[in-house]
This record gives sequence, structure tokens and C-alpha cells, in this order.
Amino acid sequence: MNVAVAVDEEIRHETRPSASEAGPATKRVVVGYGFWIFLLSDIVMFSALFAAYAVLAHATAGGPKGVELFNQRSVAIETGCLLASSYTCGLMSMAIASRRYSATYLMAFITFILGAAFLALEIREFIGMIAIGAGPQRSAFLSAFFTLVGCHGLHVTAGLVWLAVMMAQVAIKGFRETVERRLLCFSLFWHALDIVWVWLFTVVYLMGVLS
Amino acid sequence: MTDTQYDRAPGDATALPDVEQGTSSGVLVYTIGLGLAVVLTAMSFWVANTSLLWAGGVALGLTVLAIAQMGVHLVFFLHVTTGPDNTNNVMALAFGVLIVALVVVGSLLIMADLNDNMMPPTELMNLQMQH
Repeated sequence: MNVAVAVDEEIRHETRPSASEAGPATKRVVVGYGFWIFLLSDIVMFSALFAAYAVLAHATAGGPKGVELFNQRSVAIETGCLLASSYTCGLMSMAIASRRYSATYLMAFITFILGAAFLALEIREFIGMIAIGAGPQRSAFLSAFFTLVGCHGLHVTAGLVWLAVMMAQVAIKGFRETVERRLLCFSLFWHALDIVWVWLFTVVYLMGVLS
Repeated sequence: MTDTQYDRAPGDATALPDVEQGTSSGVLVYTIGLGLAVVLTAMSFWVANTSLLWAGGVALGLTVLAIAQMGVHLVFFLHVTTGPDNTNNVMALAFGVLIVALVVVGSLLIMADLNDNMMPPTELMNLQMQH
């Protein structure tokens, strides 16, 4: 009886090849994994900017401090915009998986609008700060602030351009495999930007107001 | 449906793109993620502005909330799981987290140490005042 069970187990193990024996991974897996590694390297670059900001956060050189500059309500709205756009981006990937054109366009449009609203609020904040003489050349704290937040803003800008290009590709080429892989990479990029923003509003805006 | 263990692309909810997955359950996953993220964000803003909490612990609390929200994003939006089809993605992520922690904690420790070893500016000012 025991022997029979043992043999049975063995057979079942043999019929189930491990990941290395299943043959080469699909192109979607390889492309996604490559982009995953790029995203992690991008986050490592952000970590250097975060470290620089954390070190220089109190080096205000007699200039304005974070408490005087940051408007928490505008930051809360920015956070809401980015979080909602991450959600609609997720819904867009589901529409893509079930090949629904109209739902894909709708979700991409909402994602784009929310991302653009985030960017507009951030640019307004930057212009307001520069107008009162708190530009990046004022102190080491402000240099680090503009580098860190501006770098995230540049990533969002690139993401918006990418999203517009992808929608043009969907309209012209349809849901081809290549287009689908690019859309997978875009959604990874967009979700990763939201994770960076979580750290950004915590470290820069909320902790900056504490001290 | 075979028993083969496929690798899964990061961000994909299922190892088999051809298999029809329930659309409603996918929406549910994203909605749960959104709800948790909203709650954690609201808590972060409340913790930073309230006077009910001990001020010394607020920074630590904010860090914990940020880590929790990062976890929510990874699980519900990026579909990172502990399954065998996700091992490669999780290993790369773990390495990334290690490097990030080394860069940030290392920089902060070294710079705080350097600051401690410098003469504080107020002391310098006092020395100048005495002359």
C-alpha cells in the first residue's frame, strides 16, 4: 500500500516539469522581467536622491524651511490624483487582457487626465516657490528638494508621453503581441512611480512639516 | 490546464495569459488595493498633523505606514506573490530593496556621524563672541 503511494507520488512529480525544464520562458515574461530590473535600478537611483535630501533637509542656509513652503492640501490632492490614476491604469490592463477597445481608451484617458492634474499641481507649486525666492539655488535643502521632486515629475511627464504614444499604437496596430508587451511595461512603470511617490510625500512633505 | 510551472511576468495576475480570468475578481483586487491605499494615506496625513500622539514616535509611525502602503501597492497593483511562478521577480525585488536600504541608511549614518564630529556652529559663534 505504502509502496504504491510512493510510486504514485514519483510519477506525479515526473509529469510536472520544473520551471527550468518547461523550456524557454515566453517573450512576455522575458520582456516584463527585463523591465522589472530596469525599474528596480531606477528606484536605486531615486534612493540616492532620497539619501541626499535626507542629509540636506536641515541645511536651509537661513532660507525658508519646509514648514513654511509646503502646502499639505495641495500635496493631498496630488497624492489622490496619482493613486486614482494607478487604479485606472490597473483597470486599463484588465480591459487590454479582455481586448476591449473602448474600455481601454476610457481608462487610458482617465489615467492621462489624473496624471496631468498631478503634474499641473506640482508645476504650480514649483512656480509659487520660485516666485517667493525659494528656488533651487537658495539653499542645499531646496536644491535637494527640486532635484528629488523634479526627477519624479520628469518620470510622470515621460509616462504621460508614453501613454499617449501607446494609445496611438493601439488605435493603429490594434492589440498585437508587441503592443501588449509595451502596455505591460507601461503599467509596471506607472505603478512603480506611485510607490516612489508614497515615499516622497512621507519623507519630504509629511516629515518635513514635523520638525 | 497542465501542471507545468510557468514563470510569470511581473505585473501579470496569472501565469497563463490565455486562460480566461474572471474580470470581476480582477476589479475586486484593484478596488481592495485602492481602498487600503486610501486608508493608509489618510492615516499618514492624520498622524503627521495630530497632536494626540507622542511627537517622538510620529516619524517612525509614518515610516511604518509608508512601508505598509508599499506592500499594498506591490501585492494588489503589481501582483507580486510568494508563488513559485514569481520567484525571479521577488528575488530581483529583494536585491533592489537591499541596495536601497544600504544607500539610504549608510548615507544617513555616515553623515550623522560626520555632523557629530564637527564643532557645532553655536559653539563657534560663542568663541567668536568672547574675543
